[in-house]
Amino acid sequence: MPETVVFSRPQALAAVHTHYCPGCTHGVIHRMVAEVIDELGVRERTVGIAPVGCSVLAYNYFNTDFHEASHGRAPAVATGIKRARPDLIVFSYQGDGDLASIGMAEIIHCANRGEKVTVVFVNNAIYGMTGGQMAPTTMPGQVATTCPLGRDVSQAGHPVRVAELVSTLRTPAFVARASVHTPLHAVNAKEMLRRAFRHQKEGACFSLVEILSTCPTNWGMPPAEATQWLEKTMLPYYPLGVFKTPGGADRAPAPLSAQEAACRTT
Amino acid sequence: MAKKLMKGCEAIGEAAIQAGCRLFFGYPITPQNEIPEYMSHRLPQVGGTFVQAESEVAASNMLYGAGGSGERVFTSSSSPGISLMMEAVSYMAGSELPVVIVNIMRAGPGLGGILPSQADYFQATKGGGHGDYRCLVLAPWSVQEAADLVQDAFDLADYYRNPVLVLGDGLIGQMMEPVEFKSGRTPCKPLAPKSWAATGCDGSRPTNIVNSLFLDPEKLEQHNVKLKAKYDAMVRDEVRVASYFDDADYDMLVVAYGTVARVCSTAIEDLREQGLRVALIRPITLFPFPYAQVRAAAERARSVLVVELSCGQMIEDVQLALEGTRPIHFYGRQGGMLASPDEVAEKLRSLVATREVRHA
Repeated sequence: MPETVVFSRPQALAAVHTHYCPGCTHGVIHRMVAEVIDELGVRERTVGIAPVGCSVLAYNYFNTDFHEASHGRAPAVATGIKRARPDLIVFSYQGDGDLASIGMAEIIHCANRGEKVTVVFVNNAIYGMTGGQMAPTTMPGQVATTCPLGRDVSQAGHPVRVAELVSTLRTPAFVARASVHTPLHAVNAKEMLRRAFRHQKEGACFSLVEILSTCPTNWGMPPAEATQWLEKTMLPYYPLGVFKTPGGADRAPAPLSAQEAACRTT
Repeated sequence: MAKKLMKGCEAIGEAAIQAGCRLFFGYPITPQNEIPEYMSHRLPQVGGTFVQAESEVAASNMLYGAGGSGERVFTSSSSPGISLMMEAVSYMAGSELPVVIVNIMRAGPGLGGILPSQADYFQATKGGGHGDYRCLVLAPWSVQEAADLVQDAFDLADYYRNPVLVLGDGLIGQMMEPVEFKSGRTPCKPLAPKSWAATGCDGSRPTNIVNSLFLDPEKLEQHNVKLKAKYDAMVRDEVRVASYFDDADYDMLVVAYGTVARVCSTAIEDLREQGLRVALIRPITLFPFPYAQVRAAAERARSVLVVELSCGQMIEDVQLALEGTRPIHFYGRQGGMLASPDEVAEKLRSLVATREVRHA
């Protein structure tokens, strides 16, 4: 009986082992990004940008040309590449310390200029590579090495919601948040990635997919427990969905209710 | 091309375009705003791209990205902005990217002032960013030379795959002079195709990765040694220096670069008419510094005067060049104050009056 291949390594994924910890979702997200690149047939004109963080070695794991960025600057590097070579498909792959802390200026302005690039933003609510320090996305009360008693929102503020923040901008074409903690969520996350990359391929401007991720090592819990923690703690605060689509409506404040309006006038 | 009267900043921008640069990323800062302004209207005329970045940090990283794609690209800024770019300069040196950066220096430290200065000499020539790296540093003394050196800077950057800094002071940026652009010039170095650039990979070559991360110390050391060999080649092959008033014997040698060297030249012209025997040597490359040439020129004199718009930075390279063989004096103005020809002449006269310079 002839063999039928039903599953294989995407061409855009290099045939190497990654250094990621057991239970980390970077591997899943890498694979989905690679599958999308293959499906869109753009591998030969794709340039990725690796961040500083756990995925700093992403250039070893993708089988495309790559550019290593300094901490937080991947969206600026992406801008430089895309403006120099508009024919390329350019994506950055960034964590929450990289994008939401040190790189906040670069991501906001890259999005607001409407650079025709795609940002894959992996949010695991902690600094992974440096050993578990508090990130801008760390949950209230969550223990990290630089907030050993848990994040104190009176000192550190509340976690930054990047998808919401970026989608307040008028310019970006596509902003979504997804998760990969269950197979069903992962299928949805891949669809979000596919839409983001397709928008770029079709010439639409900036797209960003935030993907919630677990970090069993630095959260200090086994992978299964980490998955439950993500679902219980992160999902209510970081709702999943599409925040912005090309030509989508501006996020407008809800109108004052009649009652409130009456209070104002009396 | 006929001569045109142009402001230094605009001539620098036009020179970049003449050199085939079609990309500019920058952020406003005085006294170099005329460069981004010029590029913002000229680049679209030639099919190029201008991006006003949100900061010098972003501008320099856009440069890093564009440089990694193999296209000619440049940015300009002034001292505080250049400080912000130094992280990316280190990355670009580590990743061996050919980019051109123009620093129209203003007075510091800190926010300092907006008037001309040469106080970024150490930053430009001794590192600036972190790690073991060098940038080629070119210092023009006129608008014409600024235009010529900017064009050469792109060739040198491509040849060495290294950032090249053009170090001008606020005077160069702001003054107007006649300038002529050489059309159809041949590159000053032989240039190879940029097969290393990250431009997409169809499988006909291994993937290209623009990177300065080497977690294996043995590999990083090999990389450091390779970079050092490149800097050694610059030292061997790229020294540029100009000498003036040295056809006759002289007692004093002035060492100065940039527009200050022109001030010194005017002072020396007057002094020579009065019978004082003074010559001038002007480093055009600050890295590589013309150690041998300065040493040889100084050996013909009894003593040396270094003139800078700083508290004394290049003087340390002159000291290295002379190794104590001649007394070295210094005259500097700071804070955006300029040295006038009269002041320099007065300093030289006072030195001539001392025993060490007077004729036996």
